[in-house]
Amino acid sequence: MNILVCISRVPDTATKVIIGSDGKSIDPKGVKYILNPYDELALEEALRLREKNGGNVTAITVGTAEATETLRNALAMGADNAVLVKGDEPADSYSVAVNLADYAKKMNPDVIFLGKQSVDFDSLQLPSMLAEILGLPSISVVSKLTIDGTNVSAERDIEGGKEVVSTTLPCVISAQKGLNDPRYPKLPDIMKAKKKPIEEIASNNLDARTVVHKMEIPLKERKAKILGDSVQDIEMLVTLLHEDAKVI
Amino acid sequence: MNNILVLLESNKNSLKRVSLELITAAKSLSANNSAKIHGLLINADASNAAISAEYGLENVIVAKTGNAEYSSTANASVVAQVAKNINADVLLFAANSAGLEVAPRVAVKLSAGYIADCTALTVDNNQIMAKKPVYAGKALITTSVKTETKIFSLRPNVFTAQKADTVAQNVTEFTPVLSAADFSSKVVSLMKNEGKLDVLEADVVVSGGRGIKGPEHYHLIENLASALKGATGASRAVVDAGWRPHSEQVGQTGKTVSPTLYVACGISGAVQHLAGMSGSKTIVAINKDKDAPILKVCDYALVGDMFTILPILTEKIFEVTNK
Repeated sequence: MNILVCISRVPDTATKVIIGSDGKSIDPKGVKYILNPYDELALEEALRLREKNGGNVTAITVGTAEATETLRNALAMGADNAVLVKGDEPADSYSVAVNLADYAKKMNPDVIFLGKQSVDFDSLQLPSMLAEILGLPSISVVSKLTIDGTNVSAERDIEGGKEVVSTTLPCVISAQKGLNDPRYPKLPDIMKAKKKPIEEIASNNLDARTVVHKMEIPLKERKAKILGDSVQDIEMLVTLLHEDAKVI
Repeated sequence: MNNILVLLESNKNSLKRVSLELITAAKSLSANNSAKIHGLLINADASNAAISAEYGLENVIVAKTGNAEYSSTANASVVAQVAKNINADVLLFAANSAGLEVAPRVAVKLSAGYIADCTALTVDNNQIMAKKPVYAGKALITTSVKTETKIFSLRPNVFTAQKADTVAQNVTEFTPVLSAADFSSKVVSLMKNEGKLDVLEADVVVSGGRGIKGPEHYHLIENLASALKGATGASRAVVDAGWRPHSEQVGQTGKTVSPTLYVACGISGAVQHLAGMSGSKTIVAINKDKDAPILKVCDYALVGDMFTILPILTEKIFEVTNK
């Protein structure tokens, strides 16, 4: 089974965001970058499928040379191959999808995994977009996956519950929390990953279909009324919520 | 802007609230031009959209896929065909589980730029400007689409559905051309968490953090949520400890919520949690630590032992809500 896992390099979720001097992006100074948490779930699922069915797992990312480090994380977790589609910082999700699709067309994977979203731009569109370009079915936000021959059955999270979706290989799957517990790479694997080759191909720097004009930190004035824990204070809170904020 | 197409979703013989929010958003986009608004309902009777007349939706298009099982690929094909048929140049979707799967496919089919999960849309010099939270809400971008056809999905619960002058509706049927390939994936069954409100759909969310000390105390959170007719949420620490299911996690690697009232109990307020709830209208924190970060972003706080506070607060709230 040939499996393609699309990953991305994102700021750690504990990052405090500071706007950069261009006013359109974050200031990367002091920011720790990690493998997107949802992509870890995607990669883990791919590794488990390989362990069960044989085959190989290729991790791919679209970005600058700095994404090499993220690919090394994937190799340390157990990916067989790593591909950097190297170019400028991708302009938008569509340009990433086209670059990924170009590689997928050559590789012809049985299944393509992605995280349900990358925790930077939270654009929530790459899995379905990639699948549409490739003419493949897709199931997104998957928290349980069963592949039996070419039959695929997946549980996906929806508002207030789950739905079970069925399709057939080849297909695109996006991973949600609960799908598995990703493994921690062991030190010898981290060392070995540093020596593995990373295939580099030039990205097709497409014109973006969307443009960012401004990035800002949302400001919301909060009342910040601090009360204690006496019965009077609790009653006062209820009164404030009822009469002042009018939320109950 | 000439024609705006809104994908409607129905539930229990009426429209979902988010569909009415989309109609109001479409109306505000067309306020200073003559753009026509069309609502598309797939695999449901036009009567389900009747309520939209009260929100000023004049044109309802009904399309049947000929297959009772839901398929995101088939729905994407239907939307794209209808969009071409009416020359839609703006398409609006709900940024919910259905819309987020369909919209990117439609964007590819129509060669359109797409911005997901918008929290505001305005028209500036004839250009639609969208605001969209990034980094789970730690930052906000103002962005626009460059292609002729523009697609946006709107975050539920953020736009207000506003009643307008009731209009006489013009209902048309559209017959899509679909092949077996359009049904390559399909929903075979649904598992609803019966009687349990989802944090994404609730007006009130009450969440517990590490301060709750163990799953055996979670009834305190549930009781308060029930007094407020809200849903229960949880911090990442609580979910990672296995005390609560992933579906309740609020934060950057969980759900981003924007309820009218958010109550954080025993949650210190890590950056990644604040990212998931800072869009809430009113925030209440209950915490024993007066220096906890959550106290800097809340509207009201009770500083003290939540095990003492919660039962009293629940009782006092019942007194108000049962009046």
